[in-house]
Amino acid sequence: MADVPKRADLAEVPPEQAPDLTAAPEAIQAEVPPELVAQTLGEYVRAYAARIRAGESGVLPVIAAMLAIVIVFEVVSPNHLFLSAGNLVNLFQQSAVFMVLAMAEGFALILGEIDLSIGFVGALGAAVTVQLVQPQTTNWPWPAAVAAGLLTATVFGLIQGTLITRLRIPSFIVTLAGYLIANGLFLQVLLLGPFSGYPNLAGFSDNLKVIYNLMWGSIDPTVSWIATAVVVLGLGLLIYLSDNRRRRSGLVAPPTSLTLIKIGLIAVVAVVVVLICNTNRANIGTLEGVPWVIPIVLAVLGVWTVLLQRTRYGRYVYAIGGNPEAARRAGINLSIVRTVAFGLCSFTAGIGMLLYASLLNGMSNNVQGGQYVLYAVAAAVIGGTSLFGGRGKPLHGVLGGLVIGGIYNGMFLVGLSFQWEYIVTGLVLLGAVTIDSLSRRGSASGSVTRV
Amino acid sequence: MSAASAEHVASNEPLLKVRELDKHFGPVQALYHINLDLPSGQVTALCGDNGAGKSVLTKCIAGIYQPDHGQVFWEGQPVHIRAARDASRLGIETVYQDLALADNLDIVQNMFLGRERLRNRLLDEDNMERAAKETLASLRVTTVRSIRQPVASLSGGQRQSVAVAKAVMWNSKLVIMDEPTAALGVVQTKMVLDLIKRLRDRGLAVMVISHNLNDVFEVADRIAVMYLGRVVVQDQTSSFDRQSVVEYMTTGGLGRSGGRRTQES
Repeated sequence: MADVPKRADLAEVPPEQAPDLTAAPEAIQAEVPPELVAQTLGEYVRAYAARIRAGESGVLPVIAAMLAIVIVFEVVSPNHLFLSAGNLVNLFQQSAVFMVLAMAEGFALILGEIDLSIGFVGALGAAVTVQLVQPQTTNWPWPAAVAAGLLTATVFGLIQGTLITRLRIPSFIVTLAGYLIANGLFLQVLLLGPFSGYPNLAGFSDNLKVIYNLMWGSIDPTVSWIATAVVVLGLGLLIYLSDNRRRRSGLVAPPTSLTLIKIGLIAVVAVVVVLICNTNRANIGTLEGVPWVIPIVLAVLGVWTVLLQRTRYGRYVYAIGGNPEAARRAGINLSIVRTVAFGLCSFTAGIGMLLYASLLNGMSNNVQGGQYVLYAVAAAVIGGTSLFGGRGKPLHGVLGGLVIGGIYNGMFLVGLSFQWEYIVTGLVLLGAVTIDSLSRRGSASGSVTRV
Repeated sequence: MSAASAEHVASNEPLLKVRELDKHFGPVQALYHINLDLPSGQVTALCGDNGAGKSVLTKCIAGIYQPDHGQVFWEGQPVHIRAARDASRLGIETVYQDLALADNLDIVQNMFLGRERLRNRLLDEDNMERAAKETLASLRVTTVRSIRQPVASLSGGQRQSVAVAKAVMWNSKLVIMDEPTAALGVVQTKMVLDLIKRLRDRGLAVMVISHNLNDVFEVADRIAVMYLGRVVVQDQTSSFDRQSVVEYMTTGGLGRSGGRRTQES
């Protein structure tokens, strides 16, 4: 494609080659990701600007939302506490729950389905784990208890997936029923043992301590730096070598400068996060280092990104979300892919709510599983996952989770009461879905684009 | 390649023979005693009014429906095509009217959908992209800006080209196309018709289902006409004119004394 360079800036140059009578040029410009056609950084920037003008906003809304949250809450929070190291680490911890739940919901959303049950299904799994590690009763070792909790959630999800695919009941209904059933089972599990419905993680058992440390444990600052360096260098090298190999073999690849900027961005974010976490955030004594929860979230992000973007299974999930009929004709077993996706969704929700149990230092009937589903959907959609299926990434859940976590954290700092938190979160969800809906309508064929 | 010489080149045995095929849905008889030949290296146009049974016949060949009676011969051997997978194993690929492409996936991902190549259990994107690029280049599909752009951003003709390229990638011997030019403009139609000719020149058997007689006479070597569930006539394109095809399509050729009827009703 020799004429690709000059076609990158379509705003001025009409498509001279192959006059496509059925395609609107501005739609093409909006839908072709700039990194596919740009040969230099300048072209990339211009193509990106053209995309934004055409209504394909990409990650801009989520960046804008983050900036707005930071500015607003930094100004209005008492003593400008919002950007203090202590609060930012706190923010990461709170956001971690939303991030993992949003990644869970992503499996259902990419398929074009929805799972309303993940809050309580995850809570049920977490309650099982918290009950099993209690030294007074079962006193299971923590790996077994965690596995049992996650298995409980996964089986629940697989049953829901089976009902959705085999009996063809809409996922909305099945998971709404699942929400109530999981809520009931969750409350029932809480009542087991001598804890009056409040099994907690306080005590002198190593197993309790590990679950507690999921959220509250910190990695030694020096180890934090070394691990970060290893991860960033490894990831950077992987991205660079892969892009370079594709460039050399004449395959579609971004320009070198863009690859380097991408790697640089990852490094900057990593260094900033570690700097914040390694600041002493205790009022008295020392409390520093990267919380365990950050590598946990990154591990979930990494594994699910590889699964969705680099394996056959992941490709089928996107294909089903984009066009189930095409997937069926390609010989894909839709029932199995869908059922497994609901299982993975619940499994991930189990991880998310286990983190939440750790954050709360136990489980109680105060857990708002229903509210957390909505936060998860909001986070995924704010991050860029489409409610209409076929489009979304685990990374979107992480970015959106940070936004929701920021709102949640900021409103708490300002001292707004619960009713306002509900209203603001509802408005944010509405706003995100509106953006999603508009960008879908704006695209040429009314179809979803970027995977 | 003239139609007459192609007949000799393609030997006596057509690639696919359908003999005495019947299909009914409950009390509705959709296909009666269908006889149809699809020779290699030739484009066979299947014409007929709505409800004539073109789609049902296509789906019987593609393995989506099971015929009630009758026999299908592939390269002279009797075969049972029980599923779409059986058809693709034989080398039969169908390009459907609604294209069966996933809008959110890019061209490479769509072309390999369901048959992804793996390396160390992960998708081998480089390998697939190279193969897709070669196939598109060999079919001279060169108007796409990037092989990695989502199918949603393609024009109708480009989408049709990708669907065809997807079909020929798998060493297919017979490509069935359902209304390939139905939704296309003039330039796009020409692009797709040229592509069909290139498939024929490669020695593939092509069956095109079409209402558009301009396209049929432009591209077909042979024409078969269906009327109310029967193939009422099939012959070289040269033995038809537009008038006679329309007559066969609308009346089944009942009023005609001439023409070579393969079925008596």
